[in-house]
Amino acid sequence: MIEIENVRKSFGPLEVLKGIDLTVKKGEVLTIIGGSGSGKSTLLTCINGLEPIDSGRIRVDGTEVHARGTDLNKLRRKLGIVFQQWNAFPHLTVIENVMLAPRKVLGIGKAEAAAIAEKQLSHVGLGDKLDVYPSRLSGGQQQRMAIARALAMSPGYMLFDEVTSALDPQLVGEVLDTLRMLASEGMTMICVTHEMKFAREVSDRVAFFSKGVMAEIGTPQQIFDAPLNAETAAFVKLTQD
Amino acid sequence: MFSYTFQWKQAFAKLPLMLDGALVTVEIALLSMALGIVLAVALTGFRLSGNRFLVAVTAAWVEVARNTPALFQIYMAHFGIASFGVHLSPYVSLLIGITFNNAGYLSENFRGALKAIPDTQARAARSLGMSAVQAFGYVVLPQMLRIAFLPITNQMVWAILMTSLGVTVGMNFDLYGVTQDLNALTFRTFELFALAAVIFYVITKIIQIGARLIANRLFRY
Amino acid sequence: MFETALTFQDMMFLAQGAVQTLLVTAIAVVLGTALGIIFGVFRFQVGPWWAAPLTFVLDVFRSIPLLIQLVLANAFLGMVLKLKLSGFTVACGVLTLYTAAYCAEIVRGAIGAVPSTTRRAARSLGMSWRQDMAYIVLPLATRVALPSWIGLALGVMKDSALVYIVQVTELLKSTQILITRLQEPLLLLIICGAFYFVISFPIARFGGYLEKRWSND
Repeated sequence: MIEIENVRKSFGPLEVLKGIDLTVKKGEVLTIIGGSGSGKSTLLTCINGLEPIDSGRIRVDGTEVHARGTDLNKLRRKLGIVFQQWNAFPHLTVIENVMLAPRKVLGIGKAEAAAIAEKQLSHVGLGDKLDVYPSRLSGGQQQRMAIARALAMSPGYMLFDEVTSALDPQLVGEVLDTLRMLASEGMTMICVTHEMKFAREVSDRVAFFSKGVMAEIGTPQQIFDAPLNAETAAFVKLTQD
Repeated sequence: MFSYTFQWKQAFAKLPLMLDGALVTVEIALLSMALGIVLAVALTGFRLSGNRFLVAVTAAWVEVARNTPALFQIYMAHFGIASFGVHLSPYVSLLIGITFNNAGYLSENFRGALKAIPDTQARAARSLGMSAVQAFGYVVLPQMLRIAFLPITNQMVWAILMTSLGVTVGMNFDLYGVTQDLNALTFRTFELFALAAVIFYVITKIIQIGARLIANRLFRY
Repeated sequence: MFETALTFQDMMFLAQGAVQTLLVTAIAVVLGTALGIIFGVFRFQVGPWWAAPLTFVLDVFRSIPLLIQLVLANAFLGMVLKLKLSGFTVACGVLTLYTAAYCAEIVRGAIGAVPSTTRRAARSLGMSWRQDMAYIVLPLATRVALPSWIGLALGVMKDSALVYIVQVTELLKSTQILITRLQEPLLLLIICGAFYFVISFPIARFGGYLEKRWSND
């Protein structure tokens, strides 16, 4: 379970998170929608401790992320994250990209790590690209590789930060299909996205962020068909035209 | 055609001595590169440390290395240090001079290479649970090496060429020193130095071709 | 405070050395650049195969120590050809070719960096080869080449310290002569080093500035 309590975060004079409260249960798929600058991406990087927070509390399975004594490297094994920019390691082949963290962080042997990597890569449809360097892959393939790389650590949670925003339109579908597959397998996921159709289909709950505040949260039906908040209504109407 | 009679045989008879000298030349170049790389890494770290004293030391080192003649740097390592009462052998002075030069140039290259790797690479590695050291060692450093590889090769060639300057501080058993001593005995200046030139040429070609082979194996992406 | 035997005359002696250094450098850079541009354009124009002999010769200048180039040229011209040339002439000649060898490499790379699509666009507008070179390639290639060329010119100035071997008393040699006489190595070396530094540092900075500015657009 991920528990977020009254989290505040500023970059200089700009307050990007103004007291967020949110709980994500095991097995749940939560999508976060909202305009740019609404703080939704920042929240993800705070959950996995890549960004410090100013006040409040984030707990993952009871461990407080930003507490002094927390071993972030250990905690991050539980939290897979995939970014808008896939950040493939260009000097490693596809399978080596996926094997690196299991080997060096979890200390798994080479053969076993290769087996894990192969399984995850086949899972995202890259079983035939194992020994290729990332520069030979399309953006969509690289993004799926990044997903496999995160999955290879067998994380309890997956955080997706606008993973289709940097892709050419014709490549968006293959990545969303991968996310749908993970959702259907019961993975706990938090997806920040601009893909409204996708959000409506896969989410258990949808949260709408606006100017650093979570303006509304509810079922996809509530958010998309009968929003209670006027801003949500305006945003949804705008994106569905 | 020429009234001068070339006596190549005399020069070739000295080839074994010259090749022994060439070994010393290669040894000095390799040592100065190994030390230079270690120091350059340290200097790069100093510059990034933000500590004003360390940043100033690095800036002074890098700028003096790049903006004064290599021969001046070797003089400083010999006569300059000697004026403090420390008398170094020509070998050590030459080694210090070339190492100083290598470290200055390489640290600039390393800094550029580090800048060329986007922060997001380290971030992606950290998000997979790697420590800062692991992220640097497995993700950033290998990519830096690729960028810095050609400059390192070029500096190695420079180091070989710079060994010839040792003669000015009394070095006499590297390739240039040996050639100069043989010249004083035989006066076959042209033949001896032509032979030395060929040996230098072959050494630099071996370095360049070897580096290319290593690069092809190492950097297939 | 600081006791030194250094006299005004000694300083003038050093200044004369500095003049020699700058003179040799200026001649070598001007002539070497002119030659280097010709070699570089030629290499680019005829392609790697036909340019191979020239490429090889130029590479030799970059693969053997300058000191040996000077000694060999001096021995060849003096002992073999029995020409009576001053050391200054030999020094300028060798440094010119040395400069040309590096400059040709810079020029070839800079011309190669001009996108062929740009050049094709120029030709498609009816420009001749000459016009394409003058109005398209020259301005674009200059931007690429200038920072490296500044580095080369400074490199030649620093390397000109080696022409002492053909009896040219340039700055470092003058310094060494005074060191032997006055036995004040540190002070003299610092004066000498400062001279090189004061010329090289600002120009190198300017080159770096140009490189940064021009690589951004």
